[in-house]
Amino acid sequence: MHGRVKVKSTAQQEEEKRKEREKKLKAFVSARDAVLRKRSAGEHDEEALQLTQQLLSSNPDFATLWNYRREVLLQLETSREKDEVQKLYESELHFIEACLKVNPKSYGCWHHRSWVNTRLPQPDWTRELGLCDRCLSLDERNFHCWDYRRVVVKESGVSVEQELQFTDRLIGSNFSNYSSWHYRSTLLPQLHPQPAPDSASNTSPSPTASPQIHSHRVCEEQLLKEYELAHNAFFTDPNDQSAWFYYRWLLGRAEREEMISCVYVSRERERVSVAFSKPVHAQSEGLMLVLDGQPQQVEWRSTHPRLRHSPVWLCDLPPGSVSDISNEHNLTVHWTEKYTHRDCALYTGCAESWCRDSATDQELFRSELSVEKSSVLQAELQSCNQLLELEPQNKWCLLTIILLMRALDPLGHEKETLAHFQTLKEVDPMRSSYYSDLCSKFLIENTILKMEYAEVRVFSLSNKNLTTLCHLDQLLLVTHINLSSNQLLRLPPQFAMLQCLEVLEADDNAIESLEGLYHLPKLEEVSLRNNRILFAIQSKCFIRNPFSAFRASAWFDLVSRSQYSSLINSYRLCRIMEGQQI
Amino acid sequence: WQWLLVTMLSVCVHFPGLTESVIAAACSRVGQSVLHLDRRNYYAGNWASFTFNGLLSWIEEYKQKVQITESEQVWRSLIDEGEDVVPLSSVDSSISNLEVFCYARLALILLTTNTEHEVSEPEEEQHTSDISEPSQSQEEKDSQPISSPADPPVEVEKKITYQKLVKEGRRFNIDLVSKLMYSRGALVDLLIKSNVSRYAEFKNIGHILTCRNGKVEQVPCSRADVFASKQLTVVEKRMLMKFLTFCLDFEQHPEEYQDYTEKPFREFLKNKKLTENLQDFVLHSIAMVTQQTLTEEGLKATQHFLRCLGRYGNTPFLFPLYGLGEIPQCFCRMCAVFGGIYCLRHSVQCLVVDKASNKVKAVIDTRGQKISCSHFVVEDSYIRDEQRQSTAYRQISRAVLITDRSVLPSESDQQISLVTIPPLESSAPAVRMVELCSSSMTCMPGTYLVHLTCSSSGTAQEDLAPVVSELFHVSTIPGEEPSEVLWVMYFNMRDTSALDSSSYSLPSNVHVCTGPDGSLGSDCSIKLAESVFHHILPDEEFCPPAPNPEDIIYDGDGPQAEGPGFDESVNTEAEEEESNQE
Repeated sequence: MHGRVKVKSTAQQEEEKRKEREKKLKAFVSARDAVLRKRSAGEHDEEALQLTQQLLSSNPDFATLWNYRREVLLQLETSREKDEVQKLYESELHFIEACLKVNPKSYGCWHHRSWVNTRLPQPDWTRELGLCDRCLSLDERNFHCWDYRRVVVKESGVSVEQELQFTDRLIGSNFSNYSSWHYRSTLLPQLHPQPAPDSASNTSPSPTASPQIHSHRVCEEQLLKEYELAHNAFFTDPNDQSAWFYYRWLLGRAEREEMISCVYVSRERERVSVAFSKPVHAQSEGLMLVLDGQPQQVEWRSTHPRLRHSPVWLCDLPPGSVSDISNEHNLTVHWTEKYTHRDCALYTGCAESWCRDSATDQELFRSELSVEKSSVLQAELQSCNQLLELEPQNKWCLLTIILLMRALDPLGHEKETLAHFQTLKEVDPMRSSYYSDLCSKFLIENTILKMEYAEVRVFSLSNKNLTTLCHLDQLLLVTHINLSSNQLLRLPPQFAMLQCLEVLEADDNAIESLEGLYHLPKLEEVSLRNNRILFAIQSKCFIRNPFSAFRASAWFDLVSRSQYSSLINSYRLCRIMEGQQI
Repeated sequence: WQWLLVTMLSVCVHFPGLTESVIAAACSRVGQSVLHLDRRNYYAGNWASFTFNGLLSWIEEYKQKVQITESEQVWRSLIDEGEDVVPLSSVDSSISNLEVFCYARLALILLTTNTEHEVSEPEEEQHTSDISEPSQSQEEKDSQPISSPADPPVEVEKKITYQKLVKEGRRFNIDLVSKLMYSRGALVDLLIKSNVSRYAEFKNIGHILTCRNGKVEQVPCSRADVFASKQLTVVEKRMLMKFLTFCLDFEQHPEEYQDYTEKPFREFLKNKKLTENLQDFVLHSIAMVTQQTLTEEGLKATQHFLRCLGRYGNTPFLFPLYGLGEIPQCFCRMCAVFGGIYCLRHSVQCLVVDKASNKVKAVIDTRGQKISCSHFVVEDSYIRDEQRQSTAYRQISRAVLITDRSVLPSESDQQISLVTIPPLESSAPAVRMVELCSSSMTCMPGTYLVHLTCSSSGTAQEDLAPVVSELFHVSTIPGEEPSEVLWVMYFNMRDTSALDSSSYSLPSNVHVCTGPDGSLGSDCSIKLAESVFHHILPDEEFCPPAPNPEDIIYDGDGPQAEGPGFDESVNTEAEEEESNQE
């Protein structure tokens, strides 16, 4: 009969749904109570499996139940034949799959699955890999599944090539995918390792044979292909950051060799300063000081009490050991952990002496970008410039260009770099402070290079909009520093690494904190005109005691006369004042 | 035939193509009684899908063109005072220039490399004659020995024979019109809104291709395609992406195109600095417009294409499994579920018009029965020339090919491809080709069903044969290597989509639906259906969602009725009626 169709009303449907939900809740709660009772009674039987299964299939995130299930399974395992155990765990896998459909991002499920596979007498890894493929095709960013995939790949020995093809596929279908790019970055060095520079003639291409330092690099031929892939991605969508990050990884990050970069010895203070290529904790690094063939018992301390890890460490020599100016001394600092050392000779008639490598940009500042050949970098720079022409506002492109320019020739590209930074700050005002800091860093690096080339101990970087100070460990030997007319906010604790500093000019900044200034043994002249110190202290004083304002400003008059001794005095004065205020 | 006594109909739909089916479903859905009549023995008229054998009979029928003698006497007596008669055409002349060629061998032969005589055997028969021949020669050849068994088969190549096509004919679903569904087009929206989508399954189109200089290549249209494209330079990728991104919300940037609103889209593309390459891609394969199309229309078409991307995968199109003919049938099914009555091989001879109101009040069918109705919906091909104001038809040229390999061999052979073939001269029409794989359930495994469509400038064969021979290897000399094309059919179909109600002189409650148009989507038909529906029932909603089967209350039965599903039972009823009718 073709009659009229009668349809339930929404109220009816709602009511039915509500009843349904209520029924479900009741069932869930009673089952949960039953399971918890069983567990506390220490019962490990089939019934427990059934009950937890019911509960977990509606709520797979109930971690306690997964734990209980494992207890039960371990118990059951002991009383079963091998093929029964296999069956038991296989059905467990089927069950987990059902749970994953409820919540594909359940920690409990994925963890349990890994566990089950370790218990399974004959795990079927192909099936597991297929499961990962399916899950990742549904949600390519499901990191639980990525993790699990790595476990599966490791256990089943899937070849690196296959995995690389897998990332090809995922990137091909959607390249906005950090997970695949990152996975790729871990696979490529395994599949196409960069031949070690010396062992190239050695005819042993085994990646394990190449030194540790090159193990994360990729051979050039493959690298060029990868550059192309990255170009394709960022020319297609320059605002997608995943490809840019991958590109940055490709361009590489040179690791600086761990070494003692400088040893400085001062006869007058009987003190040795040692600079390392990276921050270390000297007390635990097995540092040994040998003076004229005699190992010395010295106490290492960092330049500032707040610095636990520091690239610069100091020690005082035994009194009188080097004070006679007519004696010549030979000093060696051993870094036993790293099997490296540096010698330093203190000649007759010299008040001080140092030994270090003359720094080049390659060694000092290649931390951001590549160790690639400059021809490769040059080609990459061209590609990026081409993109910039099309997309003059693209921040990723601008930033990458800056990094490439620095890797190629930091001094030669300085002007362009600064212009690009200006554009960056305009197109991405949210991160303008980041760009300012980065720009400051690059300017400091450039100034250090210029200083190195000129072989002077004067560091001058005034009127450059510096917002932060860095690489201060490179300034260990600097005696004169001019930081005037910048936008510095403070002299950080690291400033104490300038152990040879005699004259500091930092007028016209916004310095509020002078933390790094108190531990400089040779400082004679300080100029801090027109800074924020006054403001900072004054406002503090005003709040606490309006009458001390006069004395605080008096102190800064003294400072502005650039009298270091006065500073020390007034500093004490200030401390006293503060004590009174509180 | 008791049911035909129910003669008080709201709507009588004649010749249900897509538009008519949608109108019928929409009317039936809101409680109108609907009767479908069709003089054919299959659903959907020119929207129909045929099995291979079904298509052969359709061809046969076309060739015979049986003229049904009209018996005026039958209905004369049924006409009352004050009534007028509008006779309908009984001959469908919408198909013309039908030509069929068969290149498939007539029996399975073993191709051996060491015997010349076998290759030269006349087994490979080429039919350039008319359709009736294949069956004849098939019989002839069957009686011949297949090949001499003495020859040792060195290399065996199995080609699909004509017999095999006929034997497996059931596996084919060959559409007379070739269209795809835009994922955000009017048809998909309607299928979702009305819940009719549940009656069909769909497959994503896998490849969007184009053919330039005789080479088939991928059209980069989505972000992933552009990224993966090997033909584009990185700069082209950027320019294309930039342009496509602009098109997505071009209305927001009128300044970009306002100077070009009166100029062709092509010029605008040039102005946007797209290379020749990219202009072709955008014009022919993405916007799918002609050289003469104006900028704004081109932008709209591009935008529509882009908006459809990503909804159901990386291309903007879907295809219904089992062919496009499924879609009208789905709507018919919904119509039947809500009480619509279907009657095939049953036609209306004439309309009975009330002279006073100049409205159709009844129709008289071929069996001389007078059926009252308040609205009559009819396909254009039933209208006699006397009722026409204008006969400005266009024609669509169509070719249907069965091939044994894909135009773009790829890693997966189960992909549906859309190939746009730009015209060789700018005056010629662009050809659109859809290649369906066997998993689309439209052809037998091992074959591809290829549809070519363009607006006619000559006969279908004149228009399309050059394209066929450019894209496929078609053997012309017997004995040459086997043809890729197994079977070809060319025909022209009338495109009446440009006509509207002003083109006919008919009573106002007769609604003429135009046949399939030449465009790729079906938006035109759906929009027409909606407007006719609103004309018939101005206050009713167009295809509101059909209720879920579980929400339907059965007479004298609880909501959880057991037994066969509602849909099924209705369907069998409908079928029963159809057979009753015989």
